[in-house]
Amino acid sequence: MEILLQQIINGLTTGSVYAVVALGYTMVYGVIQLINFAHGEVVMIGAMVAFSVITALAGSGLPPLLIVLAGVLAAIPSCMLMGYLLERVAYRPLRHAPRLAPLITAIGMSIILQHLALLAWGRNPLAFPQIIDNRVFSVGGAAISTVQIAIILLSLVMMAGLSGFVYRTRFGIAIRATAENVHVAGLMGVNANRVIAATFVIGAALGAVAGVMYGSYYGIAHYTMGFNLGLKAFSAAVLGGIGNIAGAMLGGILLGLVEALGTGYVGELTDLCDWPPAHDWLTAQCADGGNFVLFGSNYQDVFAFLMLILVLVFRPSGLLGERVSERA
Amino acid sequence: MKTSRERIGLALVAIALIALPFVLAAAGTAWVRITNFAVLFVLLSLGLNIVVGFAGLLDLGYVAFFAVGAYVYALLASPHFGLHLPFWLILPIGATVACIAGVMLGAPTLRLRGDYLAIVTLGFGEIVRIFMNNLSAPINLTNGPKGINRIDPFQIGALNFSASDTIGGLVFSGPIKYYYFLLLVLLAVIVINRRLQDSRIGRAWVAIREDEIAAKASGINTRNIKLLAFAMGASFGGVAGGMFAAIQGFVSPESFVLNESIMVLAMVVLGGMGNIWGVIAGALLLSFVPELLRYTVEPAQRALFGKLLVDPEVLRMLVFGLALVLTMRFRPAGLWPETRHRREMDENRA
Amino acid sequence: MPEVLLEASNIGKRFGGVQALKDVSLTIRSGEIYGLIGPNGAGKTTLFNVFTGLYPRDSGEVHFASAPLNLASPHEVAAAGIARTFQNIRLFGNMTALENVMVGRHVRTRAGVLGAILRTRAERAEEAGIRRRAEELLHYVGIAGHAGDLARQLSYGDQRRLEIARALATDPKLLALDEPAAGMNATETAALRRLIEGLRQDGLTVLLIEHDVKLVLGLCDRVAVLDYGEKIAEDVPEVVRADPKVIEAYLGKSAA
Repeated sequence: MEILLQQIINGLTTGSVYAVVALGYTMVYGVIQLINFAHGEVVMIGAMVAFSVITALAGSGLPPLLIVLAGVLAAIPSCMLMGYLLERVAYRPLRHAPRLAPLITAIGMSIILQHLALLAWGRNPLAFPQIIDNRVFSVGGAAISTVQIAIILLSLVMMAGLSGFVYRTRFGIAIRATAENVHVAGLMGVNANRVIAATFVIGAALGAVAGVMYGSYYGIAHYTMGFNLGLKAFSAAVLGGIGNIAGAMLGGILLGLVEALGTGYVGELTDLCDWPPAHDWLTAQCADGGNFVLFGSNYQDVFAFLMLILVLVFRPSGLLGERVSERA
Repeated sequence: MKTSRERIGLALVAIALIALPFVLAAAGTAWVRITNFAVLFVLLSLGLNIVVGFAGLLDLGYVAFFAVGAYVYALLASPHFGLHLPFWLILPIGATVACIAGVMLGAPTLRLRGDYLAIVTLGFGEIVRIFMNNLSAPINLTNGPKGINRIDPFQIGALNFSASDTIGGLVFSGPIKYYYFLLLVLLAVIVINRRLQDSRIGRAWVAIREDEIAAKASGINTRNIKLLAFAMGASFGGVAGGMFAAIQGFVSPESFVLNESIMVLAMVVLGGMGNIWGVIAGALLLSFVPELLRYTVEPAQRALFGKLLVDPEVLRMLVFGLALVLTMRFRPAGLWPETRHRREMDENRA
Repeated sequence: MPEVLLEASNIGKRFGGVQALKDVSLTIRSGEIYGLIGPNGAGKTTLFNVFTGLYPRDSGEVHFASAPLNLASPHEVAAAGIARTFQNIRLFGNMTALENVMVGRHVRTRAGVLGAILRTRAERAEEAGIRRRAEELLHYVGIAGHAGDLARQLSYGDQRRLEIARALATDPKLLALDEPAAGMNATETAALRRLIEGLRQDGLTVLLIEHDVKLVLGLCDRVAVLDYGEKIAEDVPEVVRADPKVIEAYLGKSAA
């Protein structure tokens, strides 16, 4: 029972990060139907920038909260600029090219950003300086840390903020109108270029914060962290229904939970010693409290992909989305 | 059909290709090895070209099929399981297993729109790698991250591909023997690709790439034809993987990371999607340029700055990334685009 | 009376809250040119897409050549003998005109991967047949001179012709043309009209969606009129032309 609760807490934490990153994918996709492969790298660069700033200020004697805030505030504009440049330099020139072209460019940009980060920050991971007193509270036998609480709360605030922005403001309406139909929105006086650039920039800003949260949760930031995180967040966006903002949030949190619970229980579930005895050889392996675990927690990264494939096969529109398969 | 000038040209190319390894060996056996790996990547690119270039399906996990072929070879011809099957038996097995993997991945996902396919194949590539990394327990199938060592080289009768033989005063080292074998396979693969391209199936692939709806309405069973492209590409990857395992002598999951898929994709894209000769040129270019960089940029940096500022490996990946981005931006059809137009005109004139 | 080639009964199709087609039934007889007209948004193209398997229908059945038609897969529809063109021309742009038509032969030929790789005698014979037939068809629609040109480089009128040639390559019993005269000038339209009349003389049945009412009424043996997803008339052109419901649909109530 404690394990269950613990995995739910862990899942909620990573899930909130996935959700925030997924928003970046889903907004861009909603408006121009492009999978911005490089989004994961933008998130990574956010984490790297913030960690660099935090490390530089760690010995300054400033209050820890202020230092972290400075890191985040440095990461946000860096990522926003990066998002803007990505759109402007790499994707906009290809807006009317065949579908494959921007996708291939996106992969290329992702590789370039990743290796530029490698040049800038080196091969070794950056460690999060020990400046925060990460207290651990006990909830019903499970542990929840200050960082986890902060991540979940901050994610909720950002998601609420984005929803408010998209559904309540004039510019939010322009974004939704462009997502619905670029041409008609253009006729109604919406500047499509501005809206498209904005989705990149907003997504990047959210991604910057997500990068810092993810990095501080695991204590490290690394130039390769964007790849897996990006892929999982994209899976989350598809799970929720790509292009759908509420879907990205739901998908992120669900994916975090599935991953945490899957990782927590897959070992027990696939321990053949707990199954009815099938063969003498197996029984011998299990003697003296032995185990025969088919898949252990080292398969953690598989869950997101499996979920992605299952969703695409059985409900390609995602939980909250419209249909996405080839249409006439 | 062919003019005598073309015949002479072909003969010259053939002589050059046959003499090449000895010229390279004079510069160092390392260059023969580099050439062999370049040819392997040409094979991979031609396989991926069927999927991406002909049928227009973006497969980002192509290296998974390469990995499957390599591991099939490693498991069936190494001390790991104590099996030592001959290579001419394993290569077809590897191709078949890779083909089955391709169909299993393609069957549920090929009805999705192109960009989803890209992500799913990306995920698939990662899953295959994670399994290779972890299938060392509870039963040791893959030996985990350590990989599988002491893989058997090719052996035809008494001819061992890992040893040197002197025939008529010429030294045939292991890499040179593999070179000739790779050349033969390459020739076969080129012929197969050319014939497929000019066939009913090849036209159906291109039709799907050009307009899937119109292809359906023209009576093409798009799902099956796409699956066929996937299966063909996967089989080629499987064969290349088997040869890779034998040439290298060991395999580990590290050889089959996403970056390898990206590299093969960059070769296809830069050369010219759909054009066999373009893809070959792209693969050769992107195989040799990083090697040249390795031999020039590294000493240059040491001479200029006294230390290594930019790791050649990083430079290599930056070259691939830039190749993808710049090609799409300025020459979307690649450096050597497909020239259906001219080909058709030539045939009409003949 | 000539035999029935296609019989559609009670076809229904919704898009979200819009009832695009409502219980549409119609009968196309062998050898006739059957026109389908109606104001913009009346559901003509939707009906077309349902007939050719591109849209799933919500209700109704289609019988074709006295057998139920499996509308679930477009390639089976093509195999059964219905070929179509598209309102906004859909060619394989980077293939030559000849290759476009050769693709149309796909459904009537069999060669597979192995045949292609080995270049078997059967495969070579089949390829030669495909090429011969494609050349004939290019000649038939009058663009034989452009066989080696890329489809996207052809003029608009020639692209329309190429699309028809590609459709004919599937050996259809019914040729469905979706606004073939759209965007054509008077000369091109007249040439198109001769082409369609030629098709009828050669025994083909034609289903024609057209905006150009004059062309439809002049060319078709029978005409159906759709309005707001419902069939409001189906008869010979003279009768349809005088039908008050049709006049109302086109010109509004006051004119009727």
